Amino acid sequence: MESVTPILEFKKTCVSYTKQTMAVKYVSAAIERNTITAIMGPSGCGKSTLLRAVNLMHNLYPNIRVDGEILLNGENILAMEPIDVRRRVGMVFQRPAPFPTMSIYDNVLSGFVLNGIKLSKVEKDATVERCLRSVALWDEVKDVLNKKGTFLSGGQQQRLCIARALAMKPDVLLMDEPTSALDPIATKHIEELLLELQKEVTILIVTHNMGQAKRISSKSMFMYLGELVEYGDTETVFSKPSDERTKAYLTGKMG
Amino acid sequence: MTKLKIKNRLAQDRLMLWSVCLFAALTAVPLLAILGEVLLRGYDQLSWSFFTEPTPTAYKAMKAIEAGAPIPGGIANGIIGTMIMLGMAVVVAVPSGILCGAYLAENPKNRFAQVVSYLTDLLQGTPSVIIGIITYIWVVVPMKGYSAIAGSVALCIMMLPLIIRSTEETLKILPASLKEAGLALGGNKARVMMKVQLPAAFGGIFTGVLLAISRVIGETAPLMFTALGCSFIRFAVDKPISAVPLLIWEFFNDPNLQELIWGASLFLLLFVLTLNLLSKYLAKKWNQ
Ligand SMILES: Nc1ncnc2c1ncn2[C@@H]1O[C@H](COP(=O)(O)OP(=O)(O)OP(=O)(O)O)[C@@H](O)[C@H]1O
Ligand SMILES: [Mg+2]
Repeated sequence: MESVTPILEFKKTCVSYTKQTMAVKYVSAAIERNTITAIMGPSGCGKSTLLRAVNLMHNLYPNIRVDGEILLNGENILAMEPIDVRRRVGMVFQRPAPFPTMSIYDNVLSGFVLNGIKLSKVEKDATVERCLRSVALWDEVKDVLNKKGTFLSGGQQQRLCIARALAMKPDVLLMDEPTSALDPIATKHIEELLLELQKEVTILIVTHNMGQAKRISSKSMFMYLGELVEYGDTETVFSKPSDERTKAYLTGKMG
Repeated sequence: MTKLKIKNRLAQDRLMLWSVCLFAALTAVPLLAILGEVLLRGYDQLSWSFFTEPTPTAYKAMKAIEAGAPIPGGIANGIIGTMIMLGMAVVVAVPSGILCGAYLAENPKNRFAQVVSYLTDLLQGTPSVIIGIITYIWVVVPMKGYSAIAGSVALCIMMLPLIIRSTEETLKILPASLKEAGLALGGNKARVMMKVQLPAAFGGIFTGVLLAISRVIGETAPLMFTALGCSFIRFAVDKPISAVPLLIWEFFNDPNLQELIWGASLFLLLFVLTLNLLSKYLAKKWNQ
């Protein structure tokens, strides 16, 4: 019996946008450290909503209610300061969103600037190189670090956004369909990158691409109408799903 | 559908097009007429000394007219006064207007913000002569005299609503993802505003500031109550000072100086035109 605290644990987590309906209903699941967990399910089932609950994005909109608990290293983040949580939980969005007014260099360091952390020139250079190397972007951009991030291709921009999130050394990285706007080659790059990154960070990734889930994740969640209907090892979920709805989705009869 | 009906509709279409063109041309006529008139009458006066020398006295002007010579002197006192007052007004109105606009954009549902937003509309619609008389009571009376400071306060009040609105509107059309990306990195709201949102909105805000300047640069009424006017070049901010629109009014009231109206008007018109073109150009550039 091992009793390691999971890095992230949902406990009856509920999210509602309006009083009448819940977009996420009583989700309970424990996420293991240094794994990639894929979140799948038909459109509108609450994947993004669940993900955004983890870095308290819902706090920005006063009408949205989040109930239950979400534990980060055993601590309930719903009771923590959003700034604290977001520093430990990075997020990469569906559309690559480098800050348009910042250079590539400044984009990587933007987390420090936004947190009011001052770095020396040496530390800055080292951080930029380390982070860009870890997303395999360094060789492509090392000569144009002063150019605006928006000059890069979509795939490069997305890697830049991952680098920007990694610079803050988060414990958990949330990714909402990070490759859906990218071509297959850029997607492959990012998938390889994620497999590499899971040594340092726990990744929660929403994906519509079942192949992608199979290729990179060790655990898979299947959501349906706001409920978590299946959660287990990716191999098991794909080969012997225990829920009829998962089966239907995986065989293309739904979603 | 019969052929006749189609023909009818095409005819309607053509009629519509022609009438739209006609009305567009009609509205352009007064604009071009104003521009042409001012250009024709003012062009002769534009010379180097027109911009470097202060207003001539009525006596000197009269002598020159009698001798058949061009009127000496220029509008330097007005240009310098306008620049001093605009400068002071911009220094106060731009940062406070931007902060206020950012507050309104971030808290659209807040009661206080709604009140401020309503007041901004009200201020924008307030006739400038009323802003002049209020500034007279608030600034000129306690300071016991007309001054550049009083003039700049009036201009500042007039610029504020324009800057507030342009900041607010520009921030509101930024994609929410930008702000979310900033906050997701752990930034607090103030830092995300300063480092991410405001820089991204810079183009729109800058355009708004230019438009606000071009809006108030020609204001005459509020300056009559506050800056009063001055016939020589002066840099003191606590004394009465001149301004280009004030000069136009003074020239109009002095038969000997009336010729100078056109040079001063042309200067003002060209200045505003340049600001407008510049703001259009910048807006286009930043929207790419
Ligand atoms: N801002 C919002 N206001 C109100 N309802 C919302 C909002 N965002 C999402 N919803 C609702 O919440 C439910 C879950 O949405 P969510 O975006 O989490 O779905 P998703 O699983 O991410 O879908 P997709 O795969 O299309 O991205 C949907 O029914 C949606 O209509
Ligand atoms: Mg989604």
